[in-house]
Parts: sequence; C-alpha cells; structure tokens
Amino acid sequence: MAQGNHSLGLCAVAMMLLFVSPETSATARQPAKTHVIVVGNLSFGAVPNSVRVGDTIVWINKDIFRHTATARDNSFDLDLAPGAQAQTVVKKTGILDYYCRFHPGMTGKISVVRRLQ
Amino acid sequence: MVRVSQRSIVLLAVFGAIGTPAMAHGPTGAHTTAGPTDPQIAHIAYTAGQIDIAAADQALSKSHAPAVRAFAETMKRDHKAVNDQATALLNRLRVKPEANPTSTALSQQATQSLAELAKLEGSTFDRAYIQNEVTFHQTVNAALQNTLIPDADNADLKSLLRTGLSLFQAHLIHAKQIAQSLR
Repeated sequence: MAQGNHSLGLCAVAMMLLFVSPETSATARQPAKTHVIVVGNLSFGAVPNSVRVGDTIVWINKDIFRHTATARDNSFDLDLAPGAQAQTVVKKTGILDYYCRFHPGMTGKISVVRRLQ
Repeated sequence: MVRVSQRSIVLLAVFGAIGTPAMAHGPTGAHTTAGPTDPQIAHIAYTAGQIDIAAADQALSKSHAPAVRAFAETMKRDHKAVNDQATALLNRLRVKPEANPTSTALSQQATQSLAELAKLEGSTFDRAYIQNEVTFHQTVNAALQNTLIPDADNADLKSLLRTGLSLFQAHLIHAKQIAQSLR
C-alpha cells in the first residue's frame, strides 16, 4: 500500500508538470519587458530576443544624425534626433519590419511572439 | 545623360589627383607618405560635404517631387552634421583646413554642375539631380575608402572620415532607390 500511494503521488506530480510548463509559469509571473535597440553608425543595433506582445521597445539614437524607427506596416513612426530616444509597445505577433525613413538602407526586423497567460 | 557622364569623368579625374607627388608634403614637411596631408584631407572632405549641401539647396528650390525633396532635406541635414563635427574637431586640434588642387577642382566642377542643372526643370531636373547624387556619392566613397581614410594620420580625423563613409554609403543606397523609382 505504501508503494501504491507513492506511485500515485509521482503521477500527480507528473501531471502537474505537464500542465504547468516552465514557460507558462515563467510568463505568468513575468511582467512585460522593456528592450533596447541602439541606433549608431547608420545602422540599427542588435535585436532583442524573446519579444512578446505587450513588451516595450526603446530606441536610443547614439548617432550624430537624425533617424527614424518606422514600421513597414505604419504601426509606428518614431522621430529620433541625435541623442534622443523614443519607445513603442509591441501590439501584435509576427515579424516586425522597420526602417529609417531618412536612410532607407537602415533596416531591421524583430520576431514577436504571443504573451502566454 | 551627357551632363551626368561629363560630371562623372570630371569627378574621377579630380579624385584621381589625390595622392599625386605634388601633394605629398604639407608646409611643415612632416608628412612623409605619398598622400595628402591631414589639413588637405580635411579640406577635401569638408568641401565634398558643402558641395552636396549646395546641390540639395538647388533641388529644394526647383523640385516639387516629395521623394526628391525629402532626399535633399536629408542630404542637407546629414552633411551639415558631419561638417559641424569636422569644424569642432579641427578647432580642437588647432588644425586649419588647407585648400589644395583637389578641393579647388571639386568646387569648380560643382559650380559648373549647378549651372547645368539650373537649366533643367521638372522631372528632367529630378532625374539629373538624383543621378548626379549617385555618381557623386560613388566617387566620394571610393576616394574615402582608397585614399582619404588610409592617408589620414590623426586618429580622430580618421574616425570622422569613417563616419562620413558610412553616411555616403547610406546616401548612395537611398539615391539609387529614388533613381529607380523615377525611371
């Protein structure tokens, strides 16, 4: 009997692990994040990993030139004077394509995934 | 198109003159390589920026095409930013830019180009202006990469020239995109 109870207990723990995956539990506890993209030397800097809907992207222009961070889908168009910063909240999943209106060769993209509840 | 070709040839000739033995030494004789001196390099780079600002001013006074006008505004703003930095750097280093045959020829050629473009109107002007910008940026990029940056002695000047090169490369991409859209 003692062994039977022990097996039942293990099953219960296994079931809990199945329903509460590490990602789900982490996301549920974790508030929306803020990510930074630095603009410098006429290019967009490294793209953050694990961007989820509801996260904030802060764009910091460290160049001596004026830039924009402009979404291809027109969801945002941020004017970035030299030394300035601006931010946007990510609103939908998918590939977020952006560019600088003043320097169209400056482009970037972020993969946005859904926020699990 | 004849005008564009002529300008291209003249620009190549102008920048081809950089690094000739006649320009090998500054007044102090301290510069020992075959290229231009830092004060000469600074004058050439500054002059190239001023030329593009003047071309942009002309475009803004003549063109009604939104894409062309936006491009010209960017040229003015960006080249002014670089030249302001250059002026600040030269003041800090107490270096006086030194006119030289290359920068003088550049200015003369630019004056001629402005006069030729002044005769054009509408979409003909737009296409000629943008094509000139493609040619100009291609030529200046090559001069920066092959001569001006390698020959610059001062590290800060070299760094600023590299920034200028990144800028000219970005402008070249932009100009080519507009040239394509105007066809």
